[in-house]
Amino acid sequence: MNETTPAPAVRAPARRTPAAQPGGGPKTRPADTSRPTGRQRAAELLQRQGVLAVLLIVVIAASFIYPTFASLDNARGVTIQASFLAVVALGMTLVIITGGIDLSVGSVFALGGVLAAWASQYGFLAALLVPLVVCGAIGLLNGLLIARGNMAPFIITLATLLGARGLLLALTDEGATTYLVPKDSAFGELGQGSVWGFGYPIIIALVLFGAGGLVLQRTSFGQTLFAVGGSSDAATLMGLPVARTKILVYTLSGLLAGLAGALNAARLSSGVTIIGVGMELDAISAVVIGGTLLIGGAGSISGTLWGVLLLAVIQNLINQIGSLNSSYQSVVSGGFLIVVVVAQRYLARSRRTT
Amino acid sequence: MAPPEAEPQPPEAAVGPERSAVLEARSVSKRFPGVVALDDVSFSLRPGETHALVGENGAGKSTLIKVLTGVYRPDGGELRMSGEPVRFARPFEAQQAGISTIYQEVNLVPLMSAARNIFLGREPRNRLGLIDFARMYREATELLDGFGVRVDPRRPLHTLGIGTQQMVALARAVSVNAQVVIMDEPTSSLEPREVETLFRVIDNLRAQGIAVLYVSHRMDELYRVCERVTVLRDGRHIHTGDLADLDRMQLVSMMLGRDLAEVRREGVTSFTAEGHEAARTPVLTATALSSRHQLHDVSLSLYAGEVLGLGGLLGSGRSETAKALSGALPLDSGELTVDGTPLKRLTPAAAIRAGISLLPEDRKAEGIVPGLSVRENIVLAAMPRLSRAGVVSRARQDRIVDIFMKRLRIKASSPEQKVGELSGGNQQKVLLARWLCLEPKVLLLDEPTRGIDVGAKAEVQSLIDDLAREGLAVLLISSDIEELIEGADRIVVLRGGAVAGELEGDEVDESRLLEVLADHTPAPDPGPASGGHDDPVPPGAEAAPARQDVAPAAEEDPR
Repeated sequence: MNETTPAPAVRAPARRTPAAQPGGGPKTRPADTSRPTGRQRAAELLQRQGVLAVLLIVVIAASFIYPTFASLDNARGVTIQASFLAVVALGMTLVIITGGIDLSVGSVFALGGVLAAWASQYGFLAALLVPLVVCGAIGLLNGLLIARGNMAPFIITLATLLGARGLLLALTDEGATTYLVPKDSAFGELGQGSVWGFGYPIIIALVLFGAGGLVLQRTSFGQTLFAVGGSSDAATLMGLPVARTKILVYTLSGLLAGLAGALNAARLSSGVTIIGVGMELDAISAVVIGGTLLIGGAGSISGTLWGVLLLAVIQNLINQIGSLNSSYQSVVSGGFLIVVVVAQRYLARSRRTT
Repeated sequence: MAPPEAEPQPPEAAVGPERSAVLEARSVSKRFPGVVALDDVSFSLRPGETHALVGENGAGKSTLIKVLTGVYRPDGGELRMSGEPVRFARPFEAQQAGISTIYQEVNLVPLMSAARNIFLGREPRNRLGLIDFARMYREATELLDGFGVRVDPRRPLHTLGIGTQQMVALARAVSVNAQVVIMDEPTSSLEPREVETLFRVIDNLRAQGIAVLYVSHRMDELYRVCERVTVLRDGRHIHTGDLADLDRMQLVSMMLGRDLAEVRREGVTSFTAEGHEAARTPVLTATALSSRHQLHDVSLSLYAGEVLGLGGLLGSGRSETAKALSGALPLDSGELTVDGTPLKRLTPAAAIRAGISLLPEDRKAEGIVPGLSVRENIVLAAMPRLSRAGVVSRARQDRIVDIFMKRLRIKASSPEQKVGELSGGNQQKVLLARWLCLEPKVLLLDEPTRGIDVGAKAEVQSLIDDLAREGLAVLLISSDIEELIEGADRIVVLRGGAVAGELEGDEVDESRLLEVLADHTPAPDPGPASGGHDDPVPPGAEAAPARQDVAPAAEEDPR
């Protein structure tokens, strides 16, 4: 930023700029016709921050209509509910930005929970490391097959979705055995402890989102994710490490899903086998509602956070209304998804045509 | 390694160590299944020179570039940089070694900003190791300023014009400390002003001792910026030398493989010597067809019973013209009249209804459906005519398929054999059959005999002859000069997307054609011509990236 700052040790800009002269200086400068029009800028803003606006409107409106909604307790409840999906959706965001998809996260989430509950008898570290290693390995397998084997992400992760679910059933004697997290253990505290009533999982999710945003926007790895999703061929021709990036991103997705599962197990004090079914679809919905393009190449971490919260708030509101069957939550979420996708399409068009 | 043989290259041999090549290919070969794309090609690039690489379709230019840039690995031979043998497993390694490339199709990421595209993979960072965007934008602005491009580098690339995108690619290429910059048809999408900027950049690179390998089919440009030239043909190295020693005519005849002295030869094609009886009134009239960057006021008439040849070098607009005539190329202006009736909406469906059929250049991408049977492929387009209330009569299908398989001598085990299993020649005949069973008035044939064996070629040629005799109006595009000369009654020659001349009657001979092709007078401001034919994307796609999501103008884009 600062002009007087000496060049950092990393990558001194010892690059020639041979083309800096041929234009013949300012005299041949053509007028800058490239400024975005007001309409384009508005569309861009809406695409970026539209979800946040919708979230705020829903929250404010709900606070007036349902006084119980605006309570601190309810806020704690909504956010803790959302935190696990948020961690899963964080990994999904990275995957989708590269133009891929990871369907295995729901199963991996459940598997991570069971593994954490089982390993919690061996202490805090085991309870955290075992699910991370196993789920990370599943993600790595996804990545290797997709990047090196050049397979379709949809099929590969569908296969690992089935595989992880099967592994989970095998570990629990088809669900008959439930592993419990020892009472008052440090691992249990990780899920149940809180700061000002906000559970640790919320804080962990926020920290991960902060780190994720930094990685995505401010590192070469993050830029490469966009490049791979935007145009895989161009990324290859530009000499970017396309395969390595894909492998890494699926591994991260597996790790995050496993971590979310472990945190959830710590919170519930047990490895519940029946959870996580369809969670991958919730994660994908949150990511897309958050403004990330399903075809890859564009998206943001913050958008995903708002997307996850929006889904959680809708669920909470339907519970508040009481008279509505909770099944309607899916109807409303689905409706939002359609609105967002249609809006994305429209906004993308108005941004491109001047 | 043995020294490069065959080609006498005294200047090379005499060069001392101090003028050694910065990049050198020695006896490089590259084979693909069934094709030898490069056969023992040697060539070298000196520091600070601008070296033209020319050749027609399938000459091996693209393959050579891909070998030099690490996209392909050669099957034989070796690459050397500054005398040291090098191997590039990936494009990244070639770039590390100092070889930058600007591709004809802009190979950048459309959704990312111009600045991010320029610095992808080598972003400036601050002391925390995070990307320093302020510096990145500042440096990108400086770089682009140098190219006479003033844009906000934060803007997503796809919102910029194609020419600007090309400049961004150029900025990326020259800002990486390149020793060699390879430019593959860099001007195909540039405006004249941008072309001038590009030439200034090249002069500047030359002054810094950076070598430029310049691939183009536009003669004016080659003679303007290049000092030396290498000609490839059919995957072989034909010539390397100073460009000043060759005039255009010599260069063109070298590219086409035609020795002017041996031009007058007996016909080797299967066309009959006598011409056809053409009707008096044209069946198809095209008036002033224009499409930005591709066609400029192309007018031509096609008479029933004649074969009209469409001549021109790579990128002259031949395929674009054929596409325009069949409704597959969105036009800015122009009119098409069939039998005196103007076509209102020019779409492929309307053209087919009016009796115009196009046999596309790339039969794999735009024609056959390899997984379907011979029968299914033939009746595909005729389906509406063969069906009643949506039900397709199998008996009528079989009858038609039988007729055409016999008439065109399609060699297949049965009508039910998958087309993908047939030879190239038989695939081409299946495609011909598909269009013929629509009983068209006008048949547009784009390179109908390319990539098929000699026997099938002869059969297709005599079939074209017969069809014209039966009263069909045939438009024939061919890079094979003999095929064009002997097959066509008349030849319209295109250059730079505009009509450069027309040969009739006795004028239809090789030396006349070469003269028009190589014309010394500059083309009537052709504007940037479209892309060449040897790239995988049809040239019509060139304007597409900027407006991908605009609904396609044609209802049935063949892509």
